[in-house]
Amino acid sequence: MAGESLKLRGRVRAVLGANIDTDIIYPGRYLNITDREKTAEHLFELSYPDVRAAIQAGEFIVAGANFGCGSSREQAAAALKFAGIGAVVAASFARIFFRNAINLGLPAVVAPDMAANCAAGDELEIDLVAGAIRNLTTGITVQAAPLDPRAAELLAAGGLIPYLKHKYLQEANATCPSTV
Amino acid sequence: MGMTLAEKILARASGRERVSPDQIVIARVDLAMSHENADLVRKSFLEIGVERVWDPSKIVIIFDHRVPAESEKTATTHRAVREFVAAQGIPHFYDVGRGGVCHQVLPEEGHVRPGMVLVGTDSHTTTHGAFGAFATGIGATEMAGVWTEGTLWFKVPSSLRIEVEGEFPPWISAKDLILHIIGKLGAAGADYRAVEFNGPAIRWMSVASRMVLTNLAMEMGAKVAFTPVDEVLLSFLRPRVQGELEVIAPDPDAVYERTIGIDAGADLKEPCIACPHAVDNVKPLSAVGEVPIHQAVIGSCTNGRIEDLEVAARVVAGRRVHPRTRLIVSPASQRVYREALQLGYLETLVAAGAMVNPPGCGPCVGVHQGILAAGENCVSSTNRNFIGRMGSKDSFVYLASPAVVAASAIAGRLAHPEAVVKEGRVWQAKA
Repeated sequence: MAGESLKLRGRVRAVLGANIDTDIIYPGRYLNITDREKTAEHLFELSYPDVRAAIQAGEFIVAGANFGCGSSREQAAAALKFAGIGAVVAASFARIFFRNAINLGLPAVVAPDMAANCAAGDELEIDLVAGAIRNLTTGITVQAAPLDPRAAELLAAGGLIPYLKHKYLQEANATCPSTV
Repeated sequence: MGMTLAEKILARASGRERVSPDQIVIARVDLAMSHENADLVRKSFLEIGVERVWDPSKIVIIFDHRVPAESEKTATTHRAVREFVAAQGIPHFYDVGRGGVCHQVLPEEGHVRPGMVLVGTDSHTTTHGAFGAFATGIGATEMAGVWTEGTLWFKVPSSLRIEVEGEFPPWISAKDLILHIIGKLGAAGADYRAVEFNGPAIRWMSVASRMVLTNLAMEMGAKVAFTPVDEVLLSFLRPRVQGELEVIAPDPDAVYERTIGIDAGADLKEPCIACPHAVDNVKPLSAVGEVPIHQAVIGSCTNGRIEDLEVAARVVAGRRVHPRTRLIVSPASQRVYREALQLGYLETLVAAGAMVNPPGCGPCVGVHQGILAAGENCVSSTNRNFIGRMGSKDSFVYLASPAVVAASAIAGRLAHPEAVVKEGRVWQAKA
């Protein structure tokens, strides 16, 4: 069941270059927006406003190396997720962005050869657990790093908050069953 | 086989004899720091539904990104965090006028000690490796997990060692050294890795200068960065930190992925500039060409400390900021501010025409206190020059040392401090 939910299918909204930094994804001037859903309005505002405007739910962003470099701002991952992006596929990720994405339940997939093997509009099928991405438009399959078990567990739960919620609810139930 | 600093600290924090790169461990967290984004953390924490934070004494909250509140929205955020701090009984809270930039306040107030695991909801948390801490940035939701459990999972990083020897030429500083290194290794050159800076030229450096290296190591992707725990550091820490200080060092036979050697005398002949719009787009000053400067900024967690204000004051003393240029100075903390007042540095800077901001992040994050217009060039002692970082997406940020920033403010263009000081030119505003 969990394996099933870790397979994604969708179209590529845009193929971006290397070093897409957190100010490009989400400008610092909007960091005082702390409602995650509202961050989507400012996604890519300075550099790719047309990409944001065209996003359909479940589409993918494909990029080069070091995606999400720069700030620790979680709004960068939140803005992508709440704008409807189904996954980000990049040659590599900056570490804080990667963790933020997984913690918010946004799949971040490492695939060094993806950007060279797809174009905007192509349809992809991503198998997060096996580490394979099939470009259904061109028929090419590229390798992706399989998600490590810890990240897979968090994604399957829908992110860190539901994961911890569940964990502490279970603990509470175990210690004081009379309250449930 | 011995262990690196990162391996030693993570082994102990996860209750293991030893760890090696790529192993995943769950480590106990000794200190959890947040700034204004404590509000985001608070919201995630409330969603998880646990009533109390795991240990209020291990949480530090410092307002710095928007101080004093620049909008009603921020004022509301500040208020929400204050109320949370009171409700949870968090003892270490630095409100407006009590602290300054978080990475300056943490060590100044004695919160950081060698060997600890420190996480912060700010990418430049790597700074605290200058105090021998395994210190790294995390996101807000992850921090809510730390507030809940007091632990965090880490992949043990492999380590790079950067050995620096030789004598720094005049006007060349730690900022030039680290920009040179980032230019060589690239923005992802230390991705996911621990970096250990060592060698005679590092051991000779002040604690403030070491913080420049560990701070900017983030800009090449480092998870953590360290400078040595030695007598220079211990004499900084002793008056600030209570209790025994641990002298922690890598084992002599620790294994490094790569060792890089740098000769400060031979490799750093001129100041280094990170040109728009990437921190790894580094050139020697003479290769940058003629750049008129509209705004010059001295401050931030990178270069807003007393030695930075001292060198800036030395360069501008008796001179005037160029008519087309605005010089903006943000002391890194209340303590730095007071010391700079007492030593006369701020007097000198203000006399030259500088505008002094309150201690905090200032214009570095692009939210207030010196936003750039389209077409403007800024030379800044801060840490990022991304598109739109300090204002308009059509503005241009050049990162440099405080000495170069001060010199450029006087010359009205990117300039070498030596040229400005030698020239002895005093600007008279023309009618």
